Amino acid sequence: MLRDAAVSAVIAFGLFGAMIGLKTEVGVQTIELTPRPYLVLAAVVLVFFGRLALLAWKKSRPAGTPKRGRITAVANKAGRYLTPVVLVLTITLPFYAERYYVDLGVLVLTYVMLGWGLNIVVGLAGLLDLGYVAFYAVGAYSYALIAQNFGLGFWTCLPLAGILAAFWGVLLGFPVLRLRGDYLAIVTLAFGEIIRVVILNWTSLTGGPNGLSGIPRPTLFGLVFNSSGGEGSFAEFFGIEPNISQRGIFLFYVILGLALLTNWVSLRLRRLPLGRAWEALREDEIACRALGIDVTVTKLTAFAMGACFAGFAGAFFATRQAFISPESFTFIESAIVLAIVVLGGLGSQIGVALAAVVMIGGGELFRDFQEYRMLIFGGALVIMMVVRPRGLVSGRTPSVSLGDKRHISADMMTEGHG
Amino acid sequence: MAYALQQLINGLTLGMIYGLIAVGYTMVYGIIGMINFAHGDIFMVGAFLSLISLTVLSGLGITSVPLALALTLVFAAGIAGLYGWTVERVAYRPLRGSFRLAPLISAIGMSIVLQNFVQVSQGARVKPMPEMLPGGIKLLTEDNFAVQLSWMQIAITIVTLLLLVAFTYLVTRTPLGRAMRACEQDQKMAGLLGIDTDRTISITFVIGAALAAVAGLMFLLYYGVIDFYIGFIAGVKAFTAAVLGGIGSLPGAVLGGLAIGLIETFWSAYFSVQYKDVAAFSILVLVLIFMPTGLLGRADVEKV
Repeated sequence: MLRDAAVSAVIAFGLFGAMIGLKTEVGVQTIELTPRPYLVLAAVVLVFFGRLALLAWKKSRPAGTPKRGRITAVANKAGRYLTPVVLVLTITLPFYAERYYVDLGVLVLTYVMLGWGLNIVVGLAGLLDLGYVAFYAVGAYSYALIAQNFGLGFWTCLPLAGILAAFWGVLLGFPVLRLRGDYLAIVTLAFGEIIRVVILNWTSLTGGPNGLSGIPRPTLFGLVFNSSGGEGSFAEFFGIEPNISQRGIFLFYVILGLALLTNWVSLRLRRLPLGRAWEALREDEIACRALGIDVTVTKLTAFAMGACFAGFAGAFFATRQAFISPESFTFIESAIVLAIVVLGGLGSQIGVALAAVVMIGGGELFRDFQEYRMLIFGGALVIMMVVRPRGLVSGRTPSVSLGDKRHISADMMTEGHG
Repeated sequence: MAYALQQLINGLTLGMIYGLIAVGYTMVYGIIGMINFAHGDIFMVGAFLSLISLTVLSGLGITSVPLALALTLVFAAGIAGLYGWTVERVAYRPLRGSFRLAPLISAIGMSIVLQNFVQVSQGARVKPMPEMLPGGIKLLTEDNFAVQLSWMQIAITIVTLLLLVAFTYLVTRTPLGRAMRACEQDQKMAGLLGIDTDRTISITFVIGAALAAVAGLMFLLYYGVIDFYIGFIAGVKAFTAAVLGGIGSLPGAVLGGLAIGLIETFWSAYFSVQYKDVAAFSILVLVLIFMPTGLLGRADVEKV
């Protein structure tokens, strides 16, 4: 055990010796080096004891297969009672929480919505989409451009943004959906990057790296939200003091509604033949073909549905920020949403919501360590895959069944080729 | 004409770099059937290691350029190999036999970790590097435009070719290469016949990472600037090269690399520099749609 840990420490020294130990600084003419021996020592010692602790923990655990599916069973049982409670707590959040938490709630709910949207593609249909952010970007830019060029309001543009994003989903999905799993992943990644590069360089339309600003805010049946009150404002209509937090609360309810819509639609779709075809496709594509399911159309609808919800979320993002730039739509964003879906347990609605709270809320905790946030995020992704590759809610309950709904635990499942 | 010739030279040099990275992708995909998403970032780590090593060597007063380059090559390849080994050991090996998407997601996580690790440890600023091998041969002059073959380009070509010859020898003539090919064909059977498959896979990662690190060194010398983000784009392009050449095929990876390098260079020269990444990505999409087996690949037979 000690020897193993010592070997790990030596390897760690090899890894970190140069990279941490010698920091390159850009000098006037040349590169200068700053030696940081103590940092290396710290890292090596950390690895040594980390490895030791890991080995000790492994040794102390009893042999035999670990019990899986416990969290799942608990989550499923509790889910029935927990869901209404969480829902009520969420709906009433603006009444008891401070403004900061309402804004955080808006952020988390945006990711919940994106997660539920991507869940249709990845969780239900089993298509790994690494370019999901492209549709988010399409939605955001569609809303911004339509609103600015044609003077339409948020509520008119919202469906348009969704339709446009779905249209792009079909357009991009059509040629690539014949591809197998990881090829599909790379192609969607490439599409995501293409869209970003185009947005970045098409300066005359999208403003390029400067982005678009002055995007109109949403209204409630024509009532605007502003801090000064005045004619036609929400505050004036209801005869209350104008307050800037009213808009935050309104946005909170808008995104909550949108997220619940996503949830409701995907839950409903799962019961339709289409949704069942998605799930069948995830489990075994060849069997699906043999049963006469049109694989391309089924995949395409999943892609389009996912894209559509990303488009809604994008439009909401644009109206919330009032400013968008290509920087908001990088690959990392796709990775975060994917991580939420995977951590939640592919296909589980409540799991995705929990995961979004953990990841985004948890990320907020690390706000002070801005630099290390992504490092921790990446590490968490790896550890999650190694420890619980099936996510928090790892088992599955059939969407439709004859008689009792029996729970299927994770180790009974094999994924087909999707 | 002269302009096109110059672009041809530049494109081939760039293609060599992509080819070296692509070899790592193709080997790993051949053996364990996963896209090693972190490979591009290993390339980036290799570039940073080279920068550090070159700076240290110049600080130590080693002025002989060939010696410094040779030492750096060995150092960067060695440490990057260690990185490759660690990545495989930590992020991929525990997931062998897990469900299909798990290794890919873990690889994405690893890629993010490596990128941000370098960003945190070395800073986010772009690192410039003074030119080490200035000058070159003037091939011909036409209308005041001199076609130049720089020493750097010659060096890159020679080193790439040497490495590829050595590597081909390794794969086709040595016991290790035989083990690697056996694992590629049927991992379980190879294991039954007494091949340590885990070890073979580890060595594959180490070799792939070492080649990527050499590519990183070349990138550093050729472009003179690096930052922590170069791995992502270069990785996707090298993956495109591997797919274009036929994934799993080693000569294909080099061929694909050269093709991508040429296409990118000519695209930037004649159409638009801003959209050069779009060109590479579009090729990836087109190849996968119309020619999924690539130039030299075998058709993938799916068994049920």
